[in-house]
Amino acid sequence: MTPFIRIQNISKKFGKLLAVDDVSFNLERGELFSLLGPSGCGKTTLLRMLAGFEKPSEGYIEIDGQNMANVDPADRPVNIMFQSYALFPHMSVSNNIAYGLKRASLPSDEIKARVEELLRLVHLSGMGARKPSTLSGGQRQRVALARALARRPKLLLLDEPLAALDKKLRSETQFELVNIQEQLGTTFIVVTHDQEEAMTLSTRIGVMDNGKLVQTATPNEIYEKPETRFVADFVGDISFLEATVIERTGKYWLMEAATPIYAIGSSTLTSGMKVSLAIRPEKITLTSQSTGHLNEFPVEIEDWAFYGAGTQYKVIGPDGIKLKVYQSHNQPSHANPRHLETGFVHFSPDATIILEG
Amino acid sequence: MRSTVPLLVKLLATAGFGILYIPVMMMMIYSFNRGKLVSVWAGFSTKWYKELWYDDVLLTALYKSLLIGFSSATISTIFGLLIAIAFLRFSNFRGRLFLSLFASAPLVMPEAVTGLSMLLLFIAMEASFGWPSGRAVDTIMIAHATFGMCCAAVVIQTRLRDIDKSLEEAAKDLGGRQPFVFLSIILPLILPSIIAAWLLSFTLSFDDLVIASFVSGPGSSTLPIVIFSKIRLGVSPEINAIATLMILTISALVMIGSFLVLRRDGKK
Repeated sequence: MTPFIRIQNISKKFGKLLAVDDVSFNLERGELFSLLGPSGCGKTTLLRMLAGFEKPSEGYIEIDGQNMANVDPADRPVNIMFQSYALFPHMSVSNNIAYGLKRASLPSDEIKARVEELLRLVHLSGMGARKPSTLSGGQRQRVALARALARRPKLLLLDEPLAALDKKLRSETQFELVNIQEQLGTTFIVVTHDQEEAMTLSTRIGVMDNGKLVQTATPNEIYEKPETRFVADFVGDISFLEATVIERTGKYWLMEAATPIYAIGSSTLTSGMKVSLAIRPEKITLTSQSTGHLNEFPVEIEDWAFYGAGTQYKVIGPDGIKLKVYQSHNQPSHANPRHLETGFVHFSPDATIILEG
Repeated sequence: MRSTVPLLVKLLATAGFGILYIPVMMMMIYSFNRGKLVSVWAGFSTKWYKELWYDDVLLTALYKSLLIGFSSATISTIFGLLIAIAFLRFSNFRGRLFLSLFASAPLVMPEAVTGLSMLLLFIAMEASFGWPSGRAVDTIMIAHATFGMCCAAVVIQTRLRDIDKSLEEAAKDLGGRQPFVFLSIILPLILPSIIAAWLLSFTLSFDDLVIASFVSGPGSSTLPIVIFSKIRLGVSPEINAIATLMILTISALVMIGSFLVLRRDGKK
């Protein structure tokens, strides 16, 4: 079966600058895919090529079996929700939503019914006559969403859909967006620099760095099994240890990183190899006394920060290795260990991520 | 909270505005003078305004000024709009810098230079292909449209620059095509600046003396030219009356123009 959306070896050059570098990925119908990356990584350029505002220098885009190469933005089964929302300030909310429907020359009563339906979908019934300037940020965002959905696009592109909202509104809107997407079954591509947003929204994430798509996987895999140091570092908090592979001992690999560490890794490793070991802060346990676990070593506590649900520590181990440790306050024993100046950390060998090179 | 303005600043401001506007007000007051002498008050009367109504020379000149003003302002606005769009919507075309220099140079060029060069151009054109034959209303119109166009371009550009480019893209994305996208999205948003540009061009044309005196011919004297020649024969209260009317008309137009430009900005 051919994929619903196929992006094949897409590159985009602006003069000498390679903004998007040989990106390929496929989407199934109904997916909510996030393009995640720091600003300037080429994700917005990729989005603009999908919408048809930029022509790819190389490669092609296929939507539902149709090659998009020579299709005008106006004719693509794709709509975009702009970061600035780009609502037409001189038109009412209803007329904003109806703009695309009128271009499709639908009968006026059908347009009216569709606008009402969309207003209900985004919880703005009765606001149709208002001007965008009289709406709050969250309401504007919903008008923009309704307008982009009006023509029933096969693919909806969202450029930083939540960036302009304040933090509390953002998390509400995230769920709302997922709801609407599931309700309609439209395929979404969301561009974001916010890893948390990408995690909560998407079925799959494509992480971009410097024009390249470095990893495409589910949020869980991206978090638990990052393939490169960039992905590991960009998504979530993480500590890195530089280590040398010593030998394989049963299920695990023994490593030397100022202290012996057992880690889980593939069989492609060889003795003497230099690797980066990555560990998520919440996978590390901090105790006041030694507990005799594997991968345990003494640390000095340099700093801590209270987060309500937990506490984040910065600790220094043997040979100056630095780790971030997150202790959730889910057990009384963990509730207040922050008076410690020294202690022990340990983590399971299964919690380590080995990044070669 | 109101900040207190130092006394010296207040005095200077009063003096400055006084120097600017007291003569104008004097002139307006003396246009209602009954006597024939400009500087001796002989009681209130509106007779000079009535006399204007029967002064054929002035009325013909007024008609010509209005005709030139309307047509040159319209041409200016259309071309100014095109220049503004070219600058802001097609960012990197060949010769962009040159066009931008050429489009704003007439604003700072001495009017006498503009007038003289226009005159030379018209003479050369007439000599080589017979048009325009002599200097008349059409030559003044062309000359006025030329510098009005530069002002119009500047006024429209400031507004157009503020418009989010994604508005146009959103319209295209929703199935809109040019020129419909321009007419339905961009034009309504820049309309106030287009009206302001038209009013400004009209005002510039209506009170221009220098350029018009270079490129006008016999029988095509505009209002400022007629007034100026009348003054040389001695100032009469009739001139005060017509000047008062001109000032009121032009201030009204300029006020409407600035209001339209400012109202949009104030909204944001």
